[in-house]
Amino acid sequence: MEIMPKIKFDILESTCIPLPLENVDTDQIIPARFLSATSREGFGENLFRDWRFDKAGKTNDEFVLNNPKFSGKILVAGKNFGCGSSREHAVWAIADYGFSAVVSCFFADIFRNNSLNNGLLPVVVPEEFLKKMLAMIVENPGTKVRIDLEKQDLTLLPTGESVKFDINPYKKECLLKGLDDIDYLLNIKEMIIAYEFRNTLRQ
Amino acid sequence: MTPGTLFDKIWDSHVVRSIDSGPDVLYIDRHFIHEVTSPQAFDGLRARGIPVFRPGKTLATADHNIPTKEQELPIRYELSRKQVETLNHNCNEFRIEYFGLNHPKNGIVHVVGPELGYTLPGTTIVCGDSHTSTHGAFGTIAFGIGTSEVEMVLATQCVLQPKPKKMKITVNGSLQKGVTAKDIILYIISRVSAGGATGYFVEYCGTAIDALSMEGRMTVCNMSIEMGARGGLIAPDLTTYEYLNRIPSVESRPDFKSLLLRWRSLKSDEGAVFDRELEFDASKIRPMITFGTNPGMGMAIDDTIPKPENQNEGKASYLKSLDYMGFTPGTKILGHPVDYIFLGSCTNGRIEDLRAFAGLVKGRKKAPGVTALIVPGSKRVEQQAIREGLDKILKDAGFELRQPGCSSCLAMNEDKIPSGKYAVSTSNRNFEGRQGPGSRTLLASPLIAAAAAITGRITDPAELLKN
Repeated sequence: MEIMPKIKFDILESTCIPLPLENVDTDQIIPARFLSATSREGFGENLFRDWRFDKAGKTNDEFVLNNPKFSGKILVAGKNFGCGSSREHAVWAIADYGFSAVVSCFFADIFRNNSLNNGLLPVVVPEEFLKKMLAMIVENPGTKVRIDLEKQDLTLLPTGESVKFDINPYKKECLLKGLDDIDYLLNIKEMIIAYEFRNTLRQ
Repeated sequence: MTPGTLFDKIWDSHVVRSIDSGPDVLYIDRHFIHEVTSPQAFDGLRARGIPVFRPGKTLATADHNIPTKEQELPIRYELSRKQVETLNHNCNEFRIEYFGLNHPKNGIVHVVGPELGYTLPGTTIVCGDSHTSTHGAFGTIAFGIGTSEVEMVLATQCVLQPKPKKMKITVNGSLQKGVTAKDIILYIISRVSAGGATGYFVEYCGTAIDALSMEGRMTVCNMSIEMGARGGLIAPDLTTYEYLNRIPSVESRPDFKSLLLRWRSLKSDEGAVFDRELEFDASKIRPMITFGTNPGMGMAIDDTIPKPENQNEGKASYLKSLDYMGFTPGTKILGHPVDYIFLGSCTNGRIEDLRAFAGLVKGRKKAPGVTALIVPGSKRVEQQAIREGLDKILKDAGFELRQPGCSSCLAMNEDKIPSGKYAVSTSNRNFEGRQGPGSRTLLASPLIAAAAAITGRITDPAELLKN
């Protein structure tokens, strides 16, 4: 067994897949019945399973992932994306399907943390910008978008319109260099042990 | 000294190190794990060739996948069986205490932790499960984490977390008859919305919260995540100390007196500043039920489903949701036929919930055509229910008490609601397909579930309580 190499992220230029729905929960992203696997691989196959396929397993042509007009490495979704269950399987499924970034006007907290821990970049843009971006993509599926993590900006290439996005500087560094939280924590183990000595009463 | 919030006091005392303009390294006092979100974390440890740093601080239960009937037999679903076996194997290899299937202490992780005294005021608790917020009822900072973070905690007993903002939600006044803790939290979420508390940690206070039992407080804190909050907590008080004093493993601790002293200091100071404050009047809360596909889509049981222009969701998402549920804006759901009811889960699977349900169905009969799943939250709850004769009351009314587990809350086992069927559920999520592909979930209290089970329709429990 090998340690999963951490995915580095710098500049991404791609077309987008629009999902203009709000409150998309992790049960939709990957339904619970597919969580019984004990590895991290293969979850992309069941990404948005019950929206992509009907009860008989037939492809739902109306769902955007089945629409040949749309493709790309950026998923653009309505507000509160990734709410609900903490299942990291949701992030594994999105990344395994081929996405490298998700754009919304806000993400559920646990989903955002899980994304950052897996090299899937959650990009938060203002609500008005998101609406404009979704409309542009729906109208012209060939719309390309550039996400520059170093500069922390997202640009709609057809118009050159650009927005800045926030990311925690520590997490940014981790993504740019492919660093790992656990390595960081293992390196400060002495400090953790010292903390434990100071706090024997509490437990 | 500047006045601090309870949240700040607990958080700050657990910071091992603050990373410059980065997250805090937060020490975790208690880590719970279950079969679904842990296997990949253990694989990570093996790949790195490192042990579990503090195995005594992690506790494992099997709950999500397990059947609620014939637990003595091997699990029928092969993948579920393998996942539970993997947890057993991992706990043996890494020397972690494990309450597996048929263990007398087995149950839903968030029911087991509190009832066995693993959940203590002033501590930090994490679990690879979003409903970890339940433990906040004891005045703890408890929140759900992903599997990468489970691996972090196993490896170092710490997580890297940005400190959330603070929200204070005050509920003052007395509850009307038939209104419960579940109605309080469904009411709050309907006002705040499914994402309205994202980025915040909530402290609940006020006379209506003070008046709740520990079970009721756990129900409230449990659903904090359903409005996007990182977690929710309630300052410990006499109700908390009395609950903990009844747990032998806590009461018998040689340091119990000093713990009590410390717990008494756990409250927000007068004048402590919150980033956001909300206040609600408990006397205005009616029995609540959800009509859509996120927990923010709730209303009083006798209300009318709002028209798209009178609510806060985007119109397309709102109409998609109602279409899935088979409901029309502007109509009532009171009197709507019900196919299934589910009593259980980490929200409402404790003894008080079974008592409330049994109290209402006692001397009545289950409506024909309704299928009921009554699932205790743990072995201890199951045994307590049997000791109190609740199983007999249920049986006489046409119900069956099943064996503990997460069951139909997320339907990873056989307890699925069929496609298109309506289920009144005491659980926490009404997402599309949550209780089985195509299932239609209406979240409500144990009393509303009982009333629906007896009448076969959405019914105001007050009508049955007055008889």
